[in-house]
Amino acid sequence: MTEPSAPLLSLSGITKTFPGVRALNDVRFDVRPGEVHALLGENGAGKSTLIKILSGVYRPDAGEITLDGKPVRLASPQDAQSAGIATIYQELLLFPDLTVAENIFMGHAPRRRIGGIDWQAMRRKAIELLASLDIHDMDVDALIGSLSVGNRQRVEIAKALSHNARVLIMDEPTAALTEHDVERLFDIVRLLRERGVGIVYISHRLEEVFLLADRVTVLRDGDHIATKQVAETDQDDLIEMMVGRRIDALFPKGEAKIGEVVLEARNVMRPPQTNGVSLTLRSGEILGIAGLVGSGRTEFAQVLFGITPLTEGEILLDGKPVSITSPEQAKSLGIAYVPEDRGQHGVVRPMPLVENVSMAVLSRVSKRSFIDRGSERALAEESIGKFSIRASGMDQIVGKLSGGNQQKVVLSKWLATEPRILIMDEPTRGIDVGAKAEIHRLMSALAADGVAIMMISSELPEVLGMSDRILVMRGGRIVSEVARGEATQSGIAAAMMSDADPLAEAG
Amino acid sequence: MTAATVQAPPASSMLRRAVVSQEMVLLLAIVTLFVVVGLINPRFIAERNLSSIFLGNAYVAVAAIGMSMVIITGNIDISVGSLIGVLATLSGSLAIAGAPIIVCWLVPIAAGMLVTAGMGALVAYLRIPSIVVTLGMLSILKGGLISVTQGEWITDLPAGFFLAQMRLFGVPSPIWFMGLLTILAAWWMRQSETGRSFYAVGGNVEAARLSGINPERTIMKAFIIHGFFVGIAAVLFATQLSVIQSTVPANLELTIITASVVGGVSILGGVGTVIGSTLAAILIAAIASAMIFVDLSPFWMRAVQGVLILATVLADLWRRQRQRRG
Repeated sequence: MTEPSAPLLSLSGITKTFPGVRALNDVRFDVRPGEVHALLGENGAGKSTLIKILSGVYRPDAGEITLDGKPVRLASPQDAQSAGIATIYQELLLFPDLTVAENIFMGHAPRRRIGGIDWQAMRRKAIELLASLDIHDMDVDALIGSLSVGNRQRVEIAKALSHNARVLIMDEPTAALTEHDVERLFDIVRLLRERGVGIVYISHRLEEVFLLADRVTVLRDGDHIATKQVAETDQDDLIEMMVGRRIDALFPKGEAKIGEVVLEARNVMRPPQTNGVSLTLRSGEILGIAGLVGSGRTEFAQVLFGITPLTEGEILLDGKPVSITSPEQAKSLGIAYVPEDRGQHGVVRPMPLVENVSMAVLSRVSKRSFIDRGSERALAEESIGKFSIRASGMDQIVGKLSGGNQQKVVLSKWLATEPRILIMDEPTRGIDVGAKAEIHRLMSALAADGVAIMMISSELPEVLGMSDRILVMRGGRIVSEVARGEATQSGIAAAMMSDADPLAEAG
Repeated sequence: MTAATVQAPPASSMLRRAVVSQEMVLLLAIVTLFVVVGLINPRFIAERNLSSIFLGNAYVAVAAIGMSMVIITGNIDISVGSLIGVLATLSGSLAIAGAPIIVCWLVPIAAGMLVTAGMGALVAYLRIPSIVVTLGMLSILKGGLISVTQGEWITDLPAGFFLAQMRLFGVPSPIWFMGLLTILAAWWMRQSETGRSFYAVGGNVEAARLSGINPERTIMKAFIIHGFFVGIAAVLFATQLSVIQSTVPANLELTIITASVVGGVSILGGVGTVIGSTLAAILIAAIASAMIFVDLSPFWMRAVQGVLILATVLADLWRRQRQRRG
């Protein structure tokens, strides 16, 4: 598959500027028929902008796009569609109340001569299309809303093919899939490659690049860093290209004295996502939790924090059983939870920074349930200094801050509660490298102060770099435990992906 | 305020924020309206007309305070007009039946809180959208009121009953109620933990929940406090004339919601102040009166209200969008 054939779609000299940001700077990229070309880069590197240019959402300020060697203008998503370019976004764009067949043929349903929709033909074609992707177990009359995420994604792929797509762009397609669905997706991608479709594959998971891709292009801060054959590179090389420096500088894990067990989970269950988790967490320890999205990591964290209380099993704090049935209660027990999705669960966007920071400790900055503005502002002042939050002032609306600074606001909010146990779910997802290093430094400092930290992360280098001990989750249980010294990226990745656990099938 | 000693925002940005704030825009609009219409027709700013603008609409501003709190938590109450009608009739009926005057004033307030507590419970704990719950209540109250009163007005009310016609230091009581309740509520929304939790729940209910705020309890509180203000509004409404009509002004709920929204309370929740809603209530009343004085058909009033709502909501969306991008 790697012998060079003429590119199907090719971009050169692409530059795109938004007010105040140069998103892409003289970028080139091409995809050949029958290849998987991975596009890598940290968040903010310009991947999304490039995809949006390819799919006709944005128009580049400068540069040329050619299809089959001829220049094309992709002025709208319709242009891209008729050029045979289809994009599968992370958030699937399907209509939940329509059937599988209706979604596939949305906007171009087969018609009868008198103009009505030919339902029979539509169903038949949908079945054929799915069968061509080796999907035989899907009911084309089922409503999209009733399908699993994996199945919806298959429908989205079938929909792209119904437009005779020759170039398929997949934006982090595995981000929300269970392991089993990931395997099936890989099979479909390989099938399409054999058929000569050119695939642009965006993922944060380097392992997937090595499993699937033929070539890889790395972007950093809007610049094209390199395009290489996958066979000629390795993980460290890719990370260095993405990050721009050696990774050992990135994870400043300091020495911390590991103390007593503060938290213990005994066979904690909350089906279907948490199926018997047992672990211990000690003061001063950073416990890394690895696993694919869908492996039940976040759900377990939410059980610990009382968002979805456990249905079976036991949680012990300092050796004493406790019942945690609400976040309010978890907070009072000294647990803090920095959620994965900042926008959804972290900050209150229309509120000023100062009010976000004090939100979890309102009663502490209040006297007889009236807020003492002086101590509230002192707290915000302290947080801005401690976390180097870049804001025009503490009265700035949080929605206006950058992602990294919003994450620091969420962290400030939780550290203001002076937790003994800190659960961090993807603490550095979506933030720039500088802020990332600051958050890592902070985690080390907290551990040194005796805080017990449980860190969920999909980034293996982060897990390996920061954790004293690593647990791997799959199918809602812990499948492997590795000490800091013994952990390797490939060993952890293997434990994450292995298909041995029958429970993983359930979704 | 001790805040200034901790970190004073740059004076220029504070000034800019003060100038472009919704409250300031409304204040300017009110002043401009009085000046311009006063020049066209001086009778507009004669004391008689001013007092009719303020006295006749103070109860709208009082109800808008509670409404603003409910909207700030991300909910709405469209039953408020009918509720005021029912509570006013309750107040008058008690008076006719010979209940002590203070009872005639306090029972409607308690009843208002009871009704809104019921609606709040359905919204908070059964997760029924507030627009559905309060739409249901609107029908129940409206239908109930017409059936019970048969459209009869309540007359022959006892002498001491007319709270809204009383004066303190020469100032009519509705002005006192509107002014003091607005200031008190504004201060409370700014300083109390509960007030803050209204903003948090309306701004992002999940983030609020994770921060240890109980959203259900918060929504309940907002509805109950709203009921308190609705009760006072109903008593002011009941006691302003010598009779109590069995109907409230048409679209009263819309006027109240308009006051909140035009006052800068975001219909999406999480943003707004009660000072804004009171100013907007005054502005709306003044516009209605001004239309008569410049010889425009009062039937245009609804259209003007509509334009005000749309303009404010569009401005709000635009602000939010800019915020998201920035």
